[in-house]
Amino acid sequence: MVHITMNGLAVEAERGSTLLEVARFYNFPIPTLCHEDGLNPYGACRLCLVEIGGAPKSKLVAACGYRVEEGLKVRTNSERVQRARRLLLELYVATCPQSKRIQDLASEYGVRQCRYEAIDGQPGAPWDPKANCIQCGLCVRICAEQMMAGAIGFAGRGKSRHVARPFGMTSEQCRQCGACLYACPVCELRCQASTAETLLCNGCLNFSPLCFQSYNDAMCFLEPCHACELSGPFRHEVGLKVPAVQSAPQKAAPSTGELK
Amino acid sequence: MISTAPRLLNLDDLHQAMRQGRDLLYPSQPKIMVGAATCGLAAGAEEVLAAVREEVEKGKLPFIVAETGCIGWCSQEPLLDICIPGRPRVSYGRVKPGRAREIVRAIPEVKRDWALAMMPGDENELNGSHVNYCVPHNGHVDGLKAYKELPLFKHQLRIVLRNCGIINPDSLEEYIARGGYHSLWNALRKHTPEELVAEVKRSGLRGRGGAGFPTGVKWQAVRDAQGEPKYIICNADEGDPGAYMDRGVLEGDPHSVLEGMIIGGYAMGAHEGIIYVREEYPLAVTRMKRAIRQAEDMGLLGQNIFDTGFNFQIRVVKGAGAFVCGEETALIRSIEGKVGEPQQRPPYPAQHGLWGKPTCINNVETWANIPVIVQRGSDWFSQIGTEKSKGTKVFSLVGNIENTALIEVPMGTTLAEIVYEIGGGIPNNRACKAVQTGGPSGGCIPADRFDLRVDYDSLSQAGSIMGSGGMIVMDDHTCMVDIAKYFLEFLEDESCGKCFTCRVGTQRLKEVVTRISQGQGKEEDLELLQDLGWLVREGSLCGLGQTAPNPVLSTLRYFRSEYLMHIRDRRCPAHRCRELITFEIDPVLCNGCGACVQICSGKAILGEKNKPHIITQAQCTKCGACLDMCKFDAVLVH
Amino acid sequence: MPEMEAQDVKPLLEQFADERASLIPILQEIQATFSYLPEPALRRVARKLQIPITEIYQVATFYRCFSLKPRGRHLVQVCLGTACHVRGGDLVLERAQTETGAGLTGTSSDMEFTVEPVRCLGCCGLAPVMRVDRDTFAHLEQTKVRGIVNRYRPRKKPATVDKIAASAQEHAAHD
Repeated sequence: MVHITMNGLAVEAERGSTLLEVARFYNFPIPTLCHEDGLNPYGACRLCLVEIGGAPKSKLVAACGYRVEEGLKVRTNSERVQRARRLLLELYVATCPQSKRIQDLASEYGVRQCRYEAIDGQPGAPWDPKANCIQCGLCVRICAEQMMAGAIGFAGRGKSRHVARPFGMTSEQCRQCGACLYACPVCELRCQASTAETLLCNGCLNFSPLCFQSYNDAMCFLEPCHACELSGPFRHEVGLKVPAVQSAPQKAAPSTGELK
Repeated sequence: MISTAPRLLNLDDLHQAMRQGRDLLYPSQPKIMVGAATCGLAAGAEEVLAAVREEVEKGKLPFIVAETGCIGWCSQEPLLDICIPGRPRVSYGRVKPGRAREIVRAIPEVKRDWALAMMPGDENELNGSHVNYCVPHNGHVDGLKAYKELPLFKHQLRIVLRNCGIINPDSLEEYIARGGYHSLWNALRKHTPEELVAEVKRSGLRGRGGAGFPTGVKWQAVRDAQGEPKYIICNADEGDPGAYMDRGVLEGDPHSVLEGMIIGGYAMGAHEGIIYVREEYPLAVTRMKRAIRQAEDMGLLGQNIFDTGFNFQIRVVKGAGAFVCGEETALIRSIEGKVGEPQQRPPYPAQHGLWGKPTCINNVETWANIPVIVQRGSDWFSQIGTEKSKGTKVFSLVGNIENTALIEVPMGTTLAEIVYEIGGGIPNNRACKAVQTGGPSGGCIPADRFDLRVDYDSLSQAGSIMGSGGMIVMDDHTCMVDIAKYFLEFLEDESCGKCFTCRVGTQRLKEVVTRISQGQGKEEDLELLQDLGWLVREGSLCGLGQTAPNPVLSTLRYFRSEYLMHIRDRRCPAHRCRELITFEIDPVLCNGCGACVQICSGKAILGEKNKPHIITQAQCTKCGACLDMCKFDAVLVH
Repeated sequence: MPEMEAQDVKPLLEQFADERASLIPILQEIQATFSYLPEPALRRVARKLQIPITEIYQVATFYRCFSLKPRGRHLVQVCLGTACHVRGGDLVLERAQTETGAGLTGTSSDMEFTVEPVRCLGCCGLAPVMRVDRDTFAHLEQTKVRGIVNRYRPRKKPATVDKIAASAQEHAAHD
């Protein structure tokens, strides 16, 4: 067993376990995007960054892949970590604004601005599979590690890196299982009611969320958007106030604001 | 030349090879040397060589013609040296085939008017001896300066470059004649591995690839690590644009690297070495492979080296065109046949490297230092340099500088000395703006900070890094916003692309800087650059990502006013950013010769012959070719 | 460029051991022989080394020295290192692209030229630098590019050693 300190708490962990595993065990929340239990950790999304070590040599590392070391000091929610998360999520929103998961994360971690030009599709076709892809690698990894097919993979490098089928053709390894679709964390669209002016759901003032209206009596199986939780009928009793948000206007042509 | 001598097993064999080498270095006939490294060849050395050989054959002259590596004075290439027995060696610069023939025909006379300098003697940094070219007396050629008196060479201390430009790199005997492989003999026969590691630690040598990690500490870690077999790797993937120090050594003195690696192998308990050379250096690959074969033939590589029972072999692996493969873990992946994606550390290569085994990776320059440290001792070495940065550093001094050169100076030399004395200042009487060090991972130091003494710590405090040694001098015609954009363009392409911060961060940084360079920036963009730069530095997995913001952050730190000028005034003071400059023809000075019309890339220049011409702004691509072409100074930029 | 027959690559592959570490050297050999990596050759390599084609594709597209498309007869590499950039390397690249007709796609439609930027040929002392096949041209200005490209055009006499020497002299003089 290895002894480390996490958020001031002295904890024991099995040798070889990662900081993310330890944090989850002790219920310290760490957001992730590219992590999936059952797949090898990848370390691409950088959202799980935590601060290790003491000043002046402390640094940020990805918790999903960093194995415990004797005497390690870890902080999962320090100021640096919080700043990093906010800046990261600002970038994620700009890369993939239509993703419900990313909007929820942005809302949850207090992202109040998005100063970049968003990579945004038109209302009818909100996705650009290459441009909006965050390259978390889940589709590639699930295909290789769980489905043992390896039909898709990364190609290119840097700016031109993307998920690809070899030579642009569906290979014979692909069994059409759909695991890649299932694994993708961002292809669930965000609430379309808020298409109008804001890039960030955080600014949503839609007190009659789409889901609530459409599904009057039925049980709602959709997870409510985090912003709705804060500002809408599902808000917590704690009475959290969401301050006004400044954000860059969406690049796409303005929609009529109709509910879809 | 592969001699037919038997394998070198003991000191006598080594001394015999040494004598053979001496005869090759200082023959009894006149010797003509041509600098034929990649720089020299690019400048036309091949034609010069051909001309010399032709002349010698034609006249049946009893002269030896030999190639040599780069002595470092690149702006004077092709270099031709004449060595006449009993006389100092004389160098000629910028030689063309015609002039080469005349020089050869004139031997033994010296064409003083054409000569650059002479070398009355020869310092051997390896054993500290001084060799006179001429045996009876220390000759002089009237009116000709000695190498050591030239500002370019006066301040240098050539330890790593000790043989470059002096020996024929294809001659193992010449390398031995200058003390080569004596260190190996001493190391294997007189020292234990532990002693060698301790010696390297005491010397204070730090990794010359850029990070500056204490080499002795790394060696100790690999020595102590569990796992067999262990590997020694030489990182010759010199990817920093503007840096070619390693190439100089690989092409000019390949055996120095081999000797260092064999010593390292012995010290750490490894028996296999790999030299990873970038594929853009074909001549270096050829020379290295040839050197390995020579060493194998002589028993300096292979089984039972110097009859000590120690085995070591080295092979060359070629890179495939990826800057990121200069990073240790990415380099390892590349050798393993995978994409060059850096891995999280820990575990470090010292414990878990190539094929999961303990691996020591050091840069070319680091390895080339090892034989000298073993031979002359850590005490001698640690007296050179500053308190925390011992020894010398090789720099490639390039850009807007009079003497573009490959130089080697003790750590602690000031930038002013390097730029103004060694480099000879800025051509065309322009002012110096800044010096960029550390390649895409580094930053710019402005001209008013040139009292900075170059070493690892002072450079990082100033917002840059030592890097591998590329030193790019910039005059006032350089736009710092453009430089930041240039490096970001490089990085967004070379990033392996795996981690989000680096891949997207470099692209977004470039997006913002590009906007600024086009006159579309906002003042808030500067804060955005700081925030994003912070994120990329803190959140990236590897050194490439962590240092990617350096060019932007350092130019922002020292040249903020320039950024603001682009934003507020929509002006580029250096006249580089295309969207912010206009080209015009002065109707008074233009005489209508039409030379610019031919060369205009946008077909934007109109005018009748002998009448003033006009540039159609809508078609103008701002390439500036007209400015280059016009002999009458009639093209204006603002 | 030699057209690739499916069997052609077999003797080439036999020189290499059947292991992962051979992958990049094999690809380099194929690239050198055919001037690009043909798809059938890559599938062969996948079978020989027992590596999924997806991974081969990933490696082939990661490293810059590989090309999945045939290259032109003459490879023009313009150095975009920092020293060359500071002395106008990007302008030389643009010139090379327009003069050869390679444009932004990289290869001219008549398949005569492929123009590629490279990151540092290591001749920084002689910037800007450009390489056409095995010949290196230094001390360039964008105004000289047209002349150099014309030497390699078809129907003109192929550049002889003397002509290259002359141009090298020319360049050395233009300092």
